[in-house]
Amino acid sequence: MVVAWIVISVVVALGVVTAVVVRTRHRPPSFEATESPEHPFEVEPSRPVEAAAPAGAVVEVRPAGWHDGLGKTRGAFSSLRALRRQTDLDTTGLGELRETLLGADVGVETTDLVLATLRERLGRRASGPGLLDALRAELLELLGQGDRTLHLLTEPGVTNVWLFVGVNGVGKTTTIGKVARQQMAAGRSVLLAAGDTFRAAAGEQLRLWAERSGADIVSGAEGGDPSAVVFDAIQRAAARGNDLVLADTAGRFHNRVNLVEELKKIRRIADRPPGAVSEVLLVLDATTGQNGVVQAREFAAAVGVTGIVLTKLDGTAKGGVVLAVQRVLGLPVKLVGVGEGPEDLLAFEPDAFVDALLGA
Amino acid sequence: MFDALSDRLERIAGRLRGRGRLSEADLDEALADISTALLEADVEQGVVRGFTEAVRARCVGAALSKSLTPGQQVIKAVHEELVRVLGGEALRLTYASRPPTVVLLAGLQGSGKTTTAAKLAQWWKQQGRHPMLVGADLQRPAAVEQLRVLGAQAGVTVFSEPSDPVRVARAGLAEARRLGRDVCIVDTAGRLAIDEALMREVRDISRAVEPHYTFLVVDAMTGQDAVATASAFHATLELDGVIVTKLDGDARGGAALSVKEVVGRPIVFASTGEKLGDFDLFHPDRMADRILGMGDVLSLIEQAERTMDEEVVARSASRLLSGRFTLEDLVEQLQQVKKLGSLGGIMKLLPGMSKDVRAAADQIDDREVNRVEAIVRSMTPAERVEPAIIDGSRRLRIARGSGTSTQDVNQLLKQFKEMQKLMRGAGGPGAPGGMGRLSGLLGGRLGGPGGGLPALGDPGAGGELSELLRGVGSGEGSGQPRLDPPSRPGRVPPAGQRNKKKKGGRVTPPKAR
Repeated sequence: MVVAWIVISVVVALGVVTAVVVRTRHRPPSFEATESPEHPFEVEPSRPVEAAAPAGAVVEVRPAGWHDGLGKTRGAFSSLRALRRQTDLDTTGLGELRETLLGADVGVETTDLVLATLRERLGRRASGPGLLDALRAELLELLGQGDRTLHLLTEPGVTNVWLFVGVNGVGKTTTIGKVARQQMAAGRSVLLAAGDTFRAAAGEQLRLWAERSGADIVSGAEGGDPSAVVFDAIQRAAARGNDLVLADTAGRFHNRVNLVEELKKIRRIADRPPGAVSEVLLVLDATTGQNGVVQAREFAAAVGVTGIVLTKLDGTAKGGVVLAVQRVLGLPVKLVGVGEGPEDLLAFEPDAFVDALLGA
Repeated sequence: MFDALSDRLERIAGRLRGRGRLSEADLDEALADISTALLEADVEQGVVRGFTEAVRARCVGAALSKSLTPGQQVIKAVHEELVRVLGGEALRLTYASRPPTVVLLAGLQGSGKTTTAAKLAQWWKQQGRHPMLVGADLQRPAAVEQLRVLGAQAGVTVFSEPSDPVRVARAGLAEARRLGRDVCIVDTAGRLAIDEALMREVRDISRAVEPHYTFLVVDAMTGQDAVATASAFHATLELDGVIVTKLDGDARGGAALSVKEVVGRPIVFASTGEKLGDFDLFHPDRMADRILGMGDVLSLIEQAERTMDEEVVARSASRLLSGRFTLEDLVEQLQQVKKLGSLGGIMKLLPGMSKDVRAAADQIDDREVNRVEAIVRSMTPAERVEPAIIDGSRRLRIARGSGTSTQDVNQLLKQFKEMQKLMRGAGGPGAPGGMGRLSGLLGGRLGGPGGGLPALGDPGAGGELSELLRGVGSGEGSGQPRLDPPSRPGRVPPAGQRNKKKKGGRVTPPKAR
């Protein structure tokens, strides 16, 4: 009570100040708007990420098994391996490595940390041929062994729900379409919940994916309550005996309070028996820069993200921000999107990822 | 990790304080900090190098100003350079002598082309034009459907047909001519710059419709890759301008700077929300502020603008500052602030909050706010205006009515009284800053016995920066900080008082110039 009250008084006071500023200012806010940032934006310590998979028998779904015979990105990765071999290791100094990492969106702090560790480990030998391999090992260690499997509960009477979240335009709907297809191919009956009731024709987009994959779909009215769609989907899945509900959500920025609240509600509803949320997958766009860490942190705090899907990795962007995400939040990448086709979704392979990161 | 540039600048300014002039070493150090901050804002490395060199040139070349300290001068140079690079020459939109004016949109997947196309259509409609939309994204499932829905919302005709993108574009243009539309906006599928087939396709579309304007749509969250993408698109299509989208997120948007530098074409529009109306011409100064890390406060202000009731806020603001703030006003105010979102969230957005206050902000339960509200609501109107009349029996009634204990009621009354005192102090001439004292109180409370916290007000550094920012903002000419609102008799207290408040309570007289 005491703390809250003090905080309230401050907020009230500052709210008034803000209001006065708002009210009296007729030109767009500009440079002098911040009056006294003695302690401007700071990162709070990483919060423990709530484990999303409830206790119970957990079946591990190994994404790796899905893509046997799928050459596309393997090919892409191996060509990068070849590229890497061409790099003249002798001339690769730490400065160059720093540029490579920064250029891959790893971020200043993570980059400098990695390089500092490297320097410490190698001592005077921090140059020359072994350097790139040492860095490679370092990055792999950073990515760690994290749990990269997709979970399914096998208790009878439980309808598994995988929830897909993320900001606008990262590829949530496309990812769900691909996951649906792969899960159907793996012999599970999948039901899609068209929880993006906001974006025009998002439901239609998902319906086309359902058609392609043969999955069932439940959609609601455009502009309707997404929680209701998810609820209906779970009821339907339970009645029909579907193994898995893949719930799409509208893209939302993590700084929109109301939309994040809406997302929390969706999660609560999805967790209500017979539904059980066994994965909350945050979809991150590989072209995203350092804001990716903020996205991951905020979504994790709101709905307990269990893993990352890194999309659009088939372009020139390296998606290095997931290194920072893993370091700061411990969230592992589980899946990788490498194209628009139904098969262009792969299990995340740290080796290939790091090679690509350092390769080009 | 996400140290705002303003934070770094403050530290730089602190170091350079009292120096007569900038040494080479000072400048090097300052520029190193600036480049780190720019990298964190996702500005591309090469662009960062070029930018810091430009700032260096500005600092070295500029004659030492009498009114600015060296620190101020560096910061001023950074801001000016940012605005210069982001702004540059503006694109003057003209219209084809033989309509329609054709506009082609291109970009990566998910950058927001389809939404932007509809927003552009609505924008042109508002300019009194008659736009038409052509949906040439046949790649993504339901993309055309999306465009149709958005087009209907904007009241703009949408043309598409299930053939191939080049034919759709050509037919769409013919249709626009037939219907006598004067602007024809062609939406294309998202594509990767390294996808040769698709890049060829977009070039074919471009050749087919011969656009007057080709815009690249860039997501504000984009990282280092922005440069590679933008230059590839520029090489294929010869861009005329850039549209930055998703500025309603909290990404710093350094990509805008990178793209601008590499492509050399102006940023024309900025898209700031999900509604069709959230779209406007690009403001370089806003973007500069954002990259510098002042977007948090800005977004708070914008949110406040959208949701708060001006009348109510203005009334309680003037009461608060004049010391006639009652419990009634407090509840009104709380309701306004609540509209902005959770208190913890707001606290984190506010500048000048220390780490510890932020940590405390995480633990705020918004239900506490409801309790405060319940207590006040359980009082009679007379009690709300004059809490002194609350005696034991009234207190018990209030506690019962609000479902709290008399201790809670006491606590609230006590705190309220203290706050009132502080506010009165803040308003009075020559009194020490209210916010400073308020924060002092806050520090004491939060720290508990033994541990005083460095809370809101650390008069040293903060004062320096606010003073400094004032210097930058107002330029050499005027001695008046630009933030000063015009005084409005009756509604707001005298400027001097308000001034002190807004400066975070530190009474720093404006520098005599």
